[in-house]
Amino acid sequence: MAVASEQDGLAGLTEEEPRAHGALRRLLGRVLSVIVSVVLTVFGLLVVTFFIGRVVPVDPLLAVVGDRAPEHVRVQAAVELGLDLPLWRQFLRYLSEILQGDFGNSVLSGQPVLTDIARFFPATLELATVATLIGVCLGVPLGVLAATRHGRWQDQVIRVVALAGYSVPVFWLGLVGLLVFYAELGWVAGPGRIDVVYEYSIEPVTGLMLVDTLLAGDHAAFLDAFWHLILPASVLGYLSLAYITRMTRSLMLAELGQEYVIAARVKGLPERLVIWRHVLGNIMVPLITTVALSYAYLLEGAVLTETVFAWPGLGLYITQSLFSADLTAVLGATIVIGLVFIGLNLLSDLLYTLVDPRAR
Amino acid sequence: MSTPLLEVRGLRVAFPGQEGLREVVRGISFTVGCEKVGIVGESGSGKSMTARAILDLIPPPGRVSADRLTFAGQDLTRLKPGERTRLRGRRIAMVLQDPRHALNPVMTIGAQLAETFRLHHRLSRGEARRRSIEALDAVHIRDPERVVRLYPHEISGGMGQRAMIAMMLAPGPELLLADEPTSALDATVEAGILETLDELVTARGMGLVLVSHDLDLVAAFCDRVLVFYAGRIVEELPARDLAQARHPYTQGLLACVPRLGERRRELPVLRRDPSWAAS
Ligand SMILES: Nc1ncnc2c1ncn2[C@@H]1O[C@H](COP(=O)(O)OP(=O)(O)OP(=O)(O)O)[C@@H](O)[C@H]1O
Ligand SMILES: [Mg+2]
Repeated sequence: MAVASEQDGLAGLTEEEPRAHGALRRLLGRVLSVIVSVVLTVFGLLVVTFFIGRVVPVDPLLAVVGDRAPEHVRVQAAVELGLDLPLWRQFLRYLSEILQGDFGNSVLSGQPVLTDIARFFPATLELATVATLIGVCLGVPLGVLAATRHGRWQDQVIRVVALAGYSVPVFWLGLVGLLVFYAELGWVAGPGRIDVVYEYSIEPVTGLMLVDTLLAGDHAAFLDAFWHLILPASVLGYLSLAYITRMTRSLMLAELGQEYVIAARVKGLPERLVIWRHVLGNIMVPLITTVALSYAYLLEGAVLTETVFAWPGLGLYITQSLFSADLTAVLGATIVIGLVFIGLNLLSDLLYTLVDPRAR
Repeated sequence: MSTPLLEVRGLRVAFPGQEGLREVVRGISFTVGCEKVGIVGESGSGKSMTARAILDLIPPPGRVSADRLTFAGQDLTRLKPGERTRLRGRRIAMVLQDPRHALNPVMTIGAQLAETFRLHHRLSRGEARRRSIEALDAVHIRDPERVVRLYPHEISGGMGQRAMIAMMLAPGPELLLADEPTSALDATVEAGILETLDELVTARGMGLVLVSHDLDLVAAFCDRVLVFYAGRIVEELPARDLAQARHPYTQGLLACVPRLGERRRELPVLRRDPSWAAS
């Protein structure tokens, strides 16, 4: 007896020895590799945006000097912009400008692109965040319900609901939503973020309308902002819900047959705890990726939704800039979106290690 | 032993398949008292399904029926699902085959043990933790204060199975089903685990059903042996008489057991006869 116990114990010890010793070194290694990968990704992003800027058939001078400028003005402008330099010198210049936070000026507004983005991005952020909240709060329970009622009518209904979220065009949903809930029923507010009545009385502190109205202590304005937000957020939330429901369902189904689930039931745990504590704990990592992906997708600025709802977000900004051939603005916004993507990836990586002991 | 702990009469488990229902357990009857009963039989003979049917854990779309299924005089077939759940763990528990899969990979050993204590004894967090450490100590895990903080992937298979036994015995069940508790482990660890199991089961006066492929092990460890073949029990006999088994299937199984120091030209082929399962 004592011998067998000893063996088990020793096996455990030898496994733990490097854990205690290498913990710090592994953490450092991890941080280092994360930094390296972020730097490389950002560099790649800048290379790509730079070359897109050179390749697209838009004359960068056109937006600066107009189409009727005499030749010497064009040449002077080209020199000012560094367009006469070899390509690699141009790239270095681009790189150093970006690193100093200089994304150039938007032709359309005459403002620095970063200032523009700081003005438009919060609208997208607010919309995407509320939509993702809707998607998670409904999508996860729906996915769980579908998996636990696998093959029964609840599952079928949920599958149809999710499938519709994939296949119905979002601008159509937005238009129908406006028609029904705004024009016909009058339950929600129409396009825009807030009624003109409040538009100029609210100090833009964070740029998030719900937060700013609360900070201003204006309850009527808060409610108005809420009723403006709810419809576009629901439309996008439905999109996110469809994706999250489907992923949750299939992740759950793969997990439900596992031995540890049976063990949890053998212990006498009620099914509720078996599902929400044991199974959900095990699909947390892929679920976090799913949510992060859908959030990132919405943060790109849902162009169609923002257009339908006249929502002054990043999507709308990019479209407007594209239509006026404002390449500086488009690329600036692209870089910001890329950075948001990288940031979200980093965050979900970080959450993994918190959630999954095997990843530590 | 007037009323046996567990009484099973005409237990059937079936799964719907292409050609209608396929019965994998076909009318099994046996009783278990405060004793150690071994179940042997080849792969697919329905051993695990029998154990799971007793716990009401046959996965859908499987169907279970029984003429009689009683535990300590209580008719299990009449219980509501909630009452059946409450019986699990608390009065009948099961040790699963492979601790590497049967322990939740994202919860510490301590959390999984404490959860069981809290569920069945309504203990405070601190008290549950203290009892978990005691329980690990009782299954001869060294340094239990450290082990409660570890995750399943950080401990050896043998230690995992000990933790599993501790977890399943935590609520103080009267009957323990052990479904091949050592077949996923090294042979060197096996003896120790079984000894611990024996020690605890005997000390608590529990009933034990040990499912195993290993006839020698069952003969040495159990009081009585049930031989399964194709969803039926073909022979039931005292473990010490296993060597004198009369049924051709059991004799065949015995002939397949390799003996140390014995030379064989080729392994004997197990004889099977559908008529054995028909009777
Ligand atoms: N979910 C299921 N659906 C259909 N058939 C199943 C299912 N689970 C098990 N079976 C069948 O039930 C039969 C009995 O399985 P069981 O697991 O009880 O065998 P066993 O005696 O425990 O074998 P082993 O020694 O390999 O563990 C097998 O033929 C198997 O194919
Ligand atoms: Mg089995």
